Amino acid sequence: MGSLKIENVKKAFGPVEVLKGIDLQVNDGEFVVFVGPSGCGKSTLLRVIAGLEDSTSGRVLIDGADVSVTPPAKRGIAMVFQTYALYPHLTVKNNMALGLKQAGTPAAEIERRIKIASAMLSLEPYLERRPAELSGGQRQRVAIGRAVVREPKLFLFDEPLSNLDAALRVNTRLEIAQLHRRLKATMIYVTHDQVEAMTLADKIVVLNAGRIEQIGSPMELYNAPANEFVAGFIGSPKMNFIDGARLGETAKTIGVRPEHLTVDANSGAWKGTVVHAEHLGADTNLYLDCEKAGLITVRIFGVYNAEPGATLYATPDAAKTYRFGADGKVLR
Amino acid sequence: MSTATRSLPRTIGAHAILITYTVIALFPVILVVMNSFKSRAGIFGAPLTPPTPKTFDLIGYATVFGQGDFFHYFQNSLVVTVASLFFVLLFGAMAAFALSEYRFRGNTLMGLYLALGIMIPIRLGTVAILQLMVASGLVNTLTALILVYTAQGLPLAIFILSEFMKQVSNDLKNAGRIDGLSEYTIFFRLVLPLVRPAMATVAVFTMIPIWNDLWFPLILAPSEETKTVTLGAQLFLGQFVTNWNAILAALSLAILPVLILYVIFSRQLIRGITSGAVK
Repeated sequence: MGSLKIENVKKAFGPVEVLKGIDLQVNDGEFVVFVGPSGCGKSTLLRVIAGLEDSTSGRVLIDGADVSVTPPAKRGIAMVFQTYALYPHLTVKNNMALGLKQAGTPAAEIERRIKIASAMLSLEPYLERRPAELSGGQRQRVAIGRAVVREPKLFLFDEPLSNLDAALRVNTRLEIAQLHRRLKATMIYVTHDQVEAMTLADKIVVLNAGRIEQIGSPMELYNAPANEFVAGFIGSPKMNFIDGARLGETAKTIGVRPEHLTVDANSGAWKGTVVHAEHLGADTNLYLDCEKAGLITVRIFGVYNAEPGATLYATPDAAKTYRFGADGKVLR
Repeated sequence: MSTATRSLPRTIGAHAILITYTVIALFPVILVVMNSFKSRAGIFGAPLTPPTPKTFDLIGYATVFGQGDFFHYFQNSLVVTVASLFFVLLFGAMAAFALSEYRFRGNTLMGLYLALGIMIPIRLGTVAILQLMVASGLVNTLTALILVYTAQGLPLAIFILSEFMKQVSNDLKNAGRIDGLSEYTIFFRLVLPLVRPAMATVAVFTMIPIWNDLWFPLILAPSEETKTVTLGAQLFLGQFVTNWNAILAALSLAILPVLILYVIFSRQLIRGITSGAVK
């Protein structure tokens, strides 16, 4: 149980409009990721869903019931924050129990839920410790545990991995994915990291400047971006955008992903000089300054030896080239 | 400091300045305490020497404890200081929380209005305050002093505390809201413990002027029943004869309670600085 419907939600702080009319349907059991650059309104939207901010207009429905004026604690949600936000004066166990105690849950039931959650997140050895005695990863697991014990209709994650180091981030990402499979709960996850979005989501919502740019599965967004913004935001390294006029095309802009370009030392479509090469082992990123296309990135799988200053020819895969009109929308 | 960033002349210079300052700051206090243990002849004969077996005399303390009701004056001072401190911290923290946490119409204006008190000395309003106290029948009560001191301490308290409260993690407060804590619980259980160092700073800044004040006790509560220590010490200050032994003894004694309170608060201060609270 746990569907969410957002109808034409707008939010303004004084004269500044942060959300400019958001419509969204999240089905029961879906993992939805809000992604976008900083300041695009994704966190604000999550806060509106949580009830921590009032929307200026529009409705939020959880399981079909309008919760626009319901306080956060009564919405059947749980939230995990970027800074963990654990209660510093309470033990791990009490951190998890507090919300349930406030809701008047019987002690035996609280005990049972904490047991299940702490086993799931391997937190048993730390139950009597305080947050200050835990590492960053453990703290974030406690924060997730605090959400799990509430058995909410909706899990809300606000950039939960941003404060963790790279290795821990990958681990915790995996744990969240497993948690979702296990609980089959509806989850909404906010991030600015498109890798997190691609790896976790059933459905990605790309936001920009208070508007939804596109909604779709990770592969839909990768293969069929609706516009230049989504094309540039999804995929790493970023898609190359080339001025259509320079290539003699009718479209305003031509987009090619770095992985959809091939290089050859002798012949090809665009002649260019290697500016820099990044050798990552599994793949190699080349930065080429092309006479026709300008500075482009090429991603080659495996090892490729190229010295800066060398001349190479890049050729785009015609089937995987995107054409964008003057309004930024993709031309089909 | 590492040896790489330390230079001998600079260290000596810094210490010389700090030691000079310490000596200048402590000199009057030491002079008062030293002379309070001397006979009258000793005080005037050689005011700068510590008490010798010849000049040592407890007459000052004997006078203080014998004459007047000094224990009672102490009690009054303590009641007024502690009660005012309590109200300043409570109302100051609450107002600061509201100003820093909630967006409402006139928020900035209200903050400015509350901070205005820092720039305008409350003594300018003495006449009006006295009229007010007379009208409400509060003259010669400790309540009058507590009310005035609370008003006097609030502006600075709100100013300092609202800055600190803005730094308390929003996520933490929001986590409390999602867990169903009331705004009061969030304030008392989550926010206040995190701004404890700031509270200690405010407490010290508020406490000392209240304890040392002579003006308002003299005007609002000069009766025998409600005299504070500073006012009580005036007893020995005559127009023609001044009992220096007794005054010095009374002043030495008056340092003690405020010193104890200071030690309590400053430990909170140091603990707050050394332990990172949020992350």
